[in-house]
Amino acid sequence: MITPQVPAADEVTEGWWEATKAHRLVVQSCTGCGRVQHPPRAVCIHCGSIEHLGWAHASGAGVVDSFTVVHRALRPALALPYVIARVRLDEGPILLTRLEGRDVNSWSIDDRVCVTWVDIEDGRALPVFQPI
Amino acid sequence: MSTGVAIVGAAESDLGVTNRSILGLQTQAVTRALGDAGLRLRDVDGFATTGISRFSAAQMADYFGVQPRWTDSTFAGGSAYEMMVARAVQAINSGQAATIVVSFASNQRSARSRSLGGGVESHTPEAQFETPYDPLFPLSYYAMAAQKYLHKYGATREELAEIAVAARDWALLNPAAFRYGAGAITAEDIVNSAMISSPLTVGDCCLVTDGGGAVVLTSSDRAKDLKKKPVEVLGYGERSTNTSMTAVDDLTVTGAVGSGADALGRAGLTPADIDIVEVYDSFTITVALTLEALGFCRRGEALEWIQGGRIRPGGDFALNTSGGGLSYCHPGQYGILLLVEAVRQLRGEAGDRQVPGARTALAHGTGGILSTHATVVLGVDA
Repeated sequence: MITPQVPAADEVTEGWWEATKAHRLVVQSCTGCGRVQHPPRAVCIHCGSIEHLGWAHASGAGVVDSFTVVHRALRPALALPYVIARVRLDEGPILLTRLEGRDVNSWSIDDRVCVTWVDIEDGRALPVFQPI
Repeated sequence: MSTGVAIVGAAESDLGVTNRSILGLQTQAVTRALGDAGLRLRDVDGFATTGISRFSAAQMADYFGVQPRWTDSTFAGGSAYEMMVARAVQAINSGQAATIVVSFASNQRSARSRSLGGGVESHTPEAQFETPYDPLFPLSYYAMAAQKYLHKYGATREELAEIAVAARDWALLNPAAFRYGAGAITAEDIVNSAMISSPLTVGDCCLVTDGGGAVVLTSSDRAKDLKKKPVEVLGYGERSTNTSMTAVDDLTVTGAVGSGADALGRAGLTPADIDIVEVYDSFTITVALTLEALGFCRRGEALEWIQGGRIRPGGDFALNTSGGGLSYCHPGQYGILLLVEAVRQLRGEAGDRQVPGARTALAHGTGGILSTHATVVLGVDA
């Protein structure tokens, strides 16, 4: 994929983006209630804590919750078609992402996938998913 | 049971390709709705609108040279107007305002102001975690909901297309519809039209047009003295669920479950009591999900349930009788026009598309990426 400009991280999302520089996928976790969430927030949506939030390693494995093959370009540089998907990580949270590494018309809901990385010019990376 | 507030005026602005300004179209909608009610601008002490500017209701007040006692600029996409009816009922019943106009207009087709990427703001989590992947917004989200629904329930794209086919049949009866005179279409036409974001084709997507509308509300007591048959507000409810494409666990279940239950509960009615159903049809899948969420049919059965002509003119379930966003008009926040059509049907003013004997109606607005959901139940005396 042609990588776009990604807005700078903020004080809440910094840890998540920092991990991507080493191609590590993390999810925000709460030591108050033991649960995880995505995207990162300043508050735990499960228990309301603002004091117990940190980062937990994610295995990078998940399953395709749903997907769509896009046939209209938002930006002139985009190669068509491409696959947008919701991937449910084994840890629970859902990520919006791309599916890559296979013919766009061969994907199915419930396919198992694993993370791979698309580097951005500023040193961060975007997680995308490919067949296991 | 009435909330004690009624809709006493309803109108559209010019629709389609108007080459008019937003405030010019707003003025048409507001003055026509007031004319319909037999009221004048000076009778209005409350305005609810959005889609004009950051200060939409204040912009309206300024434009009309009035200082309203009450305003509401709730920005919640296509569901805003159903939410505003609820707020208006509360404002009138509490005495803050006596006569309120709820309105919207857009010139998005003439102005070419619609983009496939939508308007995610750069400071939101979505800008960091979703926009970089280039989902069409809102289309790709609805497409993923459709993909999930068809997969989960073993339904087909042809079955889904019936929603667009029926909408076209209704539009052929509505001279104001963008597709009036455009001829009938088939499920094959929809399925074989250009794929945009699978499984949704261009035929599964609503129109992009100019247009607008307004409704006027006042107390049921005052309504008795006005020129049109009052349409009582019987109930309302809403839910706001997500802005992210990843927040909702099950793409096939929407906030309409809660908004519909609240609205029908307040009205003391069940889905079986409703004669006219006007639901936001941004995409074909939106209708399937909404009908199930509102309880008109069981979960997973909508696409089977609507087959056989049930939702076409003359069928036993009067759905989106104007032709909907799919074939009548879609100015971007279509929810106001759901209310206008419901009022016309309940007054018996719907011409060739009139559903005989309609006494109750439900209007359901949906905004964003199935983000906001608001239901209004309306009724008239026999």
